Amino acid sequence: MSVAINVENVVKKYDDVTIIPDMSVGIRNGEFFTLLGPSGCGKTTLLRMIAGFNSIEGGEIKFDGKVINNISAHKRNIGMVFQNYAIFPHLTVRQNVEYGLKLRKTQKAEMKKKVDEILQVVKITDYQDRLPERLSGGQQQRVALARAIVIHPNVLLMDEPLSNLDAKLRVEMRSAIRDVQKQVGITTVYVTHDQEEALAISDRIAVMKEGIIQQIGAPESIYTRPYNIFVSTFIGHSNSFYGVAERKSGKDYVIFDNGYRVAMNNFAEECKDGQRVIISVRPEEFCLSDEGLEAVVKNRTFLGKYVNYDMSFMAGNTLETEIEFSQDVGQAQKIMQPQERVKLKPNAQKINIFTEDGERSLIKDVKRYE
Amino acid sequence: MSRKKGIKFDFWTVVTIVIVLVFAVFLVYPLFSLFFSGFKDPATGEFTLANFAKFFSKKYYYRTLGHSFLVTTCTTVLAVLIGAPLAYLTTAFKVKGKGLIDVLVIISMLSPPFIGAYSWIVLGGRSGVITKFFASVFGIETPSIYGFGGILLVLTLKLYPYIYLYTTGALKKVDASLSEAAESLGCNAVRKVGTIVLPLITPTILAGSLIVFMNALADFGTPMLIGEGYTVMPVLIYNEFISEMGGQANFAAALAVIMVFITAVMFLGQKYVVNKKSFTMSSLRPIQAKKVKGVPNVLMHIFIYFVVFLAIIPQITVIYTSFKATNGAIFVDGYSLDSYRSIFRSLGTAIRNTYVFGLIAIAIVIVVSMFIAYITIRRKSWVSNLIDSMTMFPYIIPGSVLGITLLLAFNKKPLLLSGTAFIIIIAFVVRRLPYTLRSSAAILYQLSPSMEEAAISLGDSPLKTFFKVTAVMMMPGVMSGAILSWITIINELSASVILYTGGTRTMSVSIYTEVIRASYGTAAALSSILTLTTVVSLLIFFKVSGKKEVSL
Repeated sequence: MSVAINVENVVKKYDDVTIIPDMSVGIRNGEFFTLLGPSGCGKTTLLRMIAGFNSIEGGEIKFDGKVINNISAHKRNIGMVFQNYAIFPHLTVRQNVEYGLKLRKTQKAEMKKKVDEILQVVKITDYQDRLPERLSGGQQQRVALARAIVIHPNVLLMDEPLSNLDAKLRVEMRSAIRDVQKQVGITTVYVTHDQEEALAISDRIAVMKEGIIQQIGAPESIYTRPYNIFVSTFIGHSNSFYGVAERKSGKDYVIFDNGYRVAMNNFAEECKDGQRVIISVRPEEFCLSDEGLEAVVKNRTFLGKYVNYDMSFMAGNTLETEIEFSQDVGQAQKIMQPQERVKLKPNAQKINIFTEDGERSLIKDVKRYE
Repeated sequence: MSRKKGIKFDFWTVVTIVIVLVFAVFLVYPLFSLFFSGFKDPATGEFTLANFAKFFSKKYYYRTLGHSFLVTTCTTVLAVLIGAPLAYLTTAFKVKGKGLIDVLVIISMLSPPFIGAYSWIVLGGRSGVITKFFASVFGIETPSIYGFGGILLVLTLKLYPYIYLYTTGALKKVDASLSEAAESLGCNAVRKVGTIVLPLITPTILAGSLIVFMNALADFGTPMLIGEGYTVMPVLIYNEFISEMGGQANFAAALAVIMVFITAVMFLGQKYVVNKKSFTMSSLRPIQAKKVKGVPNVLMHIFIYFVVFLAIIPQITVIYTSFKATNGAIFVDGYSLDSYRSIFRSLGTAIRNTYVFGLIAIAIVIVVSMFIAYITIRRKSWVSNLIDSMTMFPYIIPGSVLGITLLLAFNKKPLLLSGTAFIIIIAFVVRRLPYTLRSSAAILYQLSPSMEEAAISLGDSPLKTFFKVTAVMMMPGVMSGAILSWITIINELSASVILYTGGTRTMSVSIYTEVIRASYGTAAALSSILTLTTVVSLLIFFKVSGKKEVSL
C-alpha cells in the first residue's frame, strides 16, 4: 500500500555539524516527488532518513500519520534503488527480484506470478537467468527497479539512480521509471542533482540548498516563477540585472539600471515604489527588437534547434558581466555575427523580480511551498 | 612496437630466455628427476611401482596420510570458524584497539612456524608451566599437548590469520549499499549475513582455506616437535629421507610424489570452484563500522581479545624465556642475558647467514618478479604463458619436498650444489617468489601501457622506459609483496632443514636443532631475534607504505 509521507521539523546532525536544521515537507500519496539540489545540500541525507539508514536527531517522519522514527529499516517496507544499483552479484536477475518476496514468505506460485509480471514491466524477462555481471548499466538499473517494486513497498526511494548511465540511456530510463511508477501508482521520492531530469520526471520538485528547502512546486512553476534567485539560477539559466521598481498612479514599471523601462502588471503587494530589485530574465525570454537593452555579441554556439549567444551588456549593472541569449532557429530572422550590436527586448510577462538580496520573489502569487 | 605473437629479438627476449632456462634447470628438471626417482628401484634403477606399493601396504606408512588429512582438514575448518567471524566483527562493528589487533594478527601469522609448537610445549608440555601449575595447585592432570590436539592447536592459531586477512580484504570490497538493499527489502541483521554477506565472501574464504590447507599439509616443524607419535607426511618424508640417504632416497621421493599429487589436485580443484563462483565486486562506499552497546559488545570484545591473545602467546613466551637465566640447557630462577651471549658466541654464523642469504634471495625475488610480471602481462606469447604456468609450481610443492627435490637433483657433477649457500638461496627464491610475483602482476595490471608509450614517444628506449617509468611505478605494489617474501624467507624452515650443512645453517634451522637438543634458552633467544626482525620489517613497511595492513 502506497502512503503519504510527512516530514515534520526534522533535524539531522553529524556530531556537531548540522546538515538539516529544521525541515518540514509533505509528500502526497502516489506522487513522484523529487529532491533536487547541488551536492552537499542534504537531499540524500533526507532520503536515507526516510529509508531508515540515517538516524533522526529531531522531529518526526510519518507514513500515513504513523511515526516511523524508531522503526528499523528492514521493517519499514520501503523499496530503494541505489546510485550503484546494489544488485547482489552472487544471485541471478530472477533471484535478485525474488529476494524480498522470499523474506515475506510469499507462496511459490504467487511469487512466480509476481516476478514474471514485474520482469515484463521493466522488460528484462530475457535476462532473468543471467548473473548481474553480464548486464549493461541500463539492464542493472531495471533489475534494481524491479527488485524494489515487486515487494509492493509503502514508498519507493531512488538515490540518483541515473547518474551512472550515459546521456542517451539516461533519457530512456527516465521515461521507463516514470512509466513504471505511474503504472503501479506508488509514492516515490527521487533524489537528483540534474535539474533537467527533475523537470522531466517529477510531479513536484523540492529545491534544496544547505539543508533548507528553497521551493516546492510543480516543474513548470519552479521554472517560470522561481521563489528566489537561487532557484532561478539553479534551475535553468537566468540573466540577472540590477534595477528599480516604479509604482506610480496605478502604472507599474521595472527600470533597468541603464534606464530601460518595462511595463509590468504582476507586481506583488509588498513591492514598493523606488525599491531596488533584481530583475531576472531567461535567455529564451529575450527577443531582438528596435528597442531594449543594448548588447554586443561576444561569442555564439550553434546548437541545432537554437543558437546560444554570449553577450556583453553595454551599460549599467548586471550580476554577471556576461548575459546569455538563446535564439530559436525555427523563428529567427537571421543569425548574428560576433561583434554585432543588437537590442534585446525582454518579454514582460516572463520577467521575474526579486528583492535586492535575492531572497524573495516580488511577483504576485508566487508561492514558496505549493 | 609490435605486439604480435612470436619472438622479436630484444632485451625482453633475452630476459624471457634466461627465465625459462632458470626455471627449467632449478624447478622443472629437479621436479622431474624427483618424479622419476619415485618410480625407480633403488637397487637396479629400473622402473617400478614398489615404492608406492610399500607405502600403501604398511599401516605404519599409509596411516600417515590419514593423519595428515585429518589434522589439515580440522585445522582449515577451525581456522575458518575463527578467522571469518573475527574479520566480520572487526569490520562491521567498532572494536577498541583495532590497529593493534591487526598488527598482532599479522605478527602471529608471520612468526617462525615452529615456535608455536615449541612455546606450547614450554607452557603445556610434560614439564610445562601450566601443566605444573594445575598439577600442584589443583592436583588436576591437564590434557596432553602432544599429538593430534597439539598440532591442531598450534596450526590453527598460526593459520587463522590468513582467513582473517583474506576475509577482511573481501569485506572491504562489499559495498554498504548491498547490505542496505537487503535491509530495505525487509531483511534482518542475522539473515543478511547468511543470505548476502556470506555468499559474497565465500569465494575469498575458499581461497584463504586453500592457503591454510596447503600450509597445514606442508608444515614440518610443528608436527615434528609436538606431534610425537602422530606422524604426518612431511615428517615421514623427512625421516625416511634422512635415514635412507645412504642407499635409497627413492621411497622418500615416492612419498613426495604422493604429496605433490594431493596438493596439485587441491590447487586445481579450488581454482575450478572459485572460477565458477567468482564475481567482481568494487565498493564506492565500504561498510562502516557500527557501535555496539551492552552485553553483546562485551562478549564480542572478549572473543576477539581472547583469540588474538592466544595466538600471540608463543611470541610472549619466547621473548620472556629468552631472558631467563640458564644453567647449561636448563632454566633456573632469575634473569640473565646468558642465552644471548651463548648464541652470539656459537651461532653467530647462523644469524649472519639468515640475513645474507635472505637479502640475496629477496633481491633476486624482486628483480625476477618484476621481469616475469612484465613478460606475462605486457608481452603475452606462448612462452610467457609457459612461464606463467611454471610460477604456479611453488604453490603445490611443500617445502620439505622442494628441499629433497633440489638435493636429489644437484648432488652430483656437473651441478654439484648440495651443501652450498647457493642451493639454500635457490630454495628461498623458489618458495617465496609467489608473494612478490602476485603483487607485481597486480599493480602492473593497474598501470596503463600508455605511460610507457608516452615515454617511448618522447624518445626513450623501451629498456630505459622499463627501468625509468614502469619499474618505478610498480614499486609500491612490488614492495607490498616483497615484505611478505622477506619475512617468510627469514622464517623458512622445511626446505632449509634438509639443505643445510654446518656452514650454511640459518637461524630457523638453528632454532629447530636447539629445540631438538632441548636447549630452550638459546632457541628462545634466536626466536626473539627472528621475531624482532619480523616486527621491525613490518614497522618499516607500514611506515614506508603508510598503510596498516598487509595484502596477501
